[in-house]
Amino acid sequence: MPFVNWLKRRLVVIAGLLTLAYLLLPNIVVTVFSFNQPKGRFNYEWQQFSTAAWKDPCGVADMCGSLSISLQIAVWATVGATILGTMISFALVRYRFRARGAVNSLIFLPMAMPEVVMAASLLTLFLNMGAQLGFWTILIAHIMFCLSFVVTAVKARVMSMDPRLEEAARDLYAGPVQTFLRVTLPIAAPGIAAGALLSFALSFDDFIITNFNAGSTVTFPMFVWGSAQRGTPVQINVIGTAMFLVAVFFVLTSMVVGNRRNKHKA
Amino acid sequence: MKTTPDNSGDVRLSGISKTYGSFTAVHPLDLTVPEGSFFALLGASGCGKTTTLRMIAGLEEPTTGTVRLGDQDVTNLPPYKRPVNTVFQSYALFPHLDIFENVAFGLRRRGIKSVKKQVEDMLELVQLGEQARKRPHQLSGGQQQRVAVARALINHPRVLLLDEPLGALDLKLRRQMQLELKRIQTEVGITFVHVTHDQEEAMTMADTVAVMNGGRVEQLGSPADLYENPQSTFVANFLGTSNLIEAEVDTKNGDDIVLKAAGGKLVLPQARCSAPTTAGGRVLVGIRPEKISLTHADDAGRIPEGRNRLTGKIADASFIGVSTQYVIDSPVCDGLAVYVQNVERDGRLVPGADVVLHWSPAHTFGLDAAQRIDAGTEEEVAA
Repeated sequence: MPFVNWLKRRLVVIAGLLTLAYLLLPNIVVTVFSFNQPKGRFNYEWQQFSTAAWKDPCGVADMCGSLSISLQIAVWATVGATILGTMISFALVRYRFRARGAVNSLIFLPMAMPEVVMAASLLTLFLNMGAQLGFWTILIAHIMFCLSFVVTAVKARVMSMDPRLEEAARDLYAGPVQTFLRVTLPIAAPGIAAGALLSFALSFDDFIITNFNAGSTVTFPMFVWGSAQRGTPVQINVIGTAMFLVAVFFVLTSMVVGNRRNKHKA
Repeated sequence: MKTTPDNSGDVRLSGISKTYGSFTAVHPLDLTVPEGSFFALLGASGCGKTTTLRMIAGLEEPTTGTVRLGDQDVTNLPPYKRPVNTVFQSYALFPHLDIFENVAFGLRRRGIKSVKKQVEDMLELVQLGEQARKRPHQLSGGQQQRVAVARALINHPRVLLLDEPLGALDLKLRRQMQLELKRIQTEVGITFVHVTHDQEEAMTMADTVAVMNGGRVEQLGSPADLYENPQSTFVANFLGTSNLIEAEVDTKNGDDIVLKAAGGKLVLPQARCSAPTTAGGRVLVGIRPEKISLTHADDAGRIPEGRNRLTGKIADASFIGVSTQYVIDSPVCDGLAVYVQNVERDGRLVPGADVVLHWSPAHTFGLDAAQRIDAGTEEEVAA
């Protein structure tokens, strides 16, 4: 039974490869169809190879404008949620105050609540306040739902931090500011970075909450949704592929840097 | 590197105490650690020794009292303004910095730019020159411990505080590091204040030991003094082993007190008794196990006059190489410990044998019988 034995030995590898394929197949389809030249308005059937869309990524009216809005919102939502979330995490872990337990649970509510419900109630709130729907309402909404993710990521890190490290820093002539910048922040950094990355990804592709609170502003996911009813330009695949490649590039760079650092230290 | 003795390295604690809510961790205590000495705070966990150390470091604010370094009152100074550095129990090395940067941390925070030479010299002193670019987690426990010492010492503190620095090391390494720390202390001449629960460690390393119990200093003195002249049952039991026998004061004979214990008679020098001795009062008679000689009951006649004697029966004997440790049941007291050097072994001294225990009255000490007789024993500390 040589074949069975062969299979037994490689079962884990095969399962791993199949899982990877399952995860990556959609990305491959997106990439392949970014080189398509569709006959009609819909990019759903392979016709022939073309690089036309890659040469003119902003060739579709309003698409790059919506992309730019999405990127801006994602960046500012990430910055806002990361700073606020990090401060909340430190407060929750380090200090004992009234209603700390309540805050601890309430902070996770946005994660647990159905998005549609949150979107609708936010819209009600904004309308009652007489707020002008648009960039700012979207940004406020995004910071709100990103917060709970940042707090989750940073809190885990801060909780596992040895309080003696900060005492050691204070003992070694570092004042409160220096202690925070030189010891606390660098040690919490991986948690903060994870929270920031999550925020960016969540904000960039959020559709439901954005759609409710956007007014006349159109973000990239809204644009894709809107155009999908009338026809899908190939450029959408180009942007999708580009985003995927940027993400892969970042992951690879961080791996290379990490490896080199480890080798250097060893 | 030895500084001239201007007393700036003295640590003076006066009336210092710490309470957390209704719990008193440290009762008001006065303590002076002379410059350049190796001082140990010894006690079981929860006795307030670490809290005392942290108050010197500035990491804990005293409820009452003052902390002085030399003539300077540092009670209200934050830790980063005190010329004092600490070696923490779990080392607390910065995981995100390499060994070099860990050691350079204090210098850099004080704005010193060229740190390379100093850091390299310091790493040489603790024999870690090769490891400068490694991260803390890549080093062994003993190496991490030396980094922690280097990181503190490089700042030339007036006082170095050590919070159970050897607690995480295995026995062999601990012995080695005890000698190493003692060597470094002699070399740099800085005042060391060392917190430990290990009585052997305190006695090996320190010039002066303060034995703490329940937030108070029970007794303070040189290791030999504490061992030979314990003033309380806690000190007698916590430092080594003591046989404590209840006895009644009978008469006084010059400088000696004559005591009655279960029909027998014991002599105790007045000077070595810390308890009040009125006739008919009770005292605890103490004797260290290695001071007692054992003679088989058949040879009782050969024991010289003037020695304290007790009769008993050997309950247990364990041979441990350099000595044999006997447990002896006596009418006065069960479970007396006797350590006999293995010079000339008497083959008759086996469990069940009738023996006479005898020792020089000069080695006897007396304690107040009003205390718990088992204070400071392992069973009592563990409870």
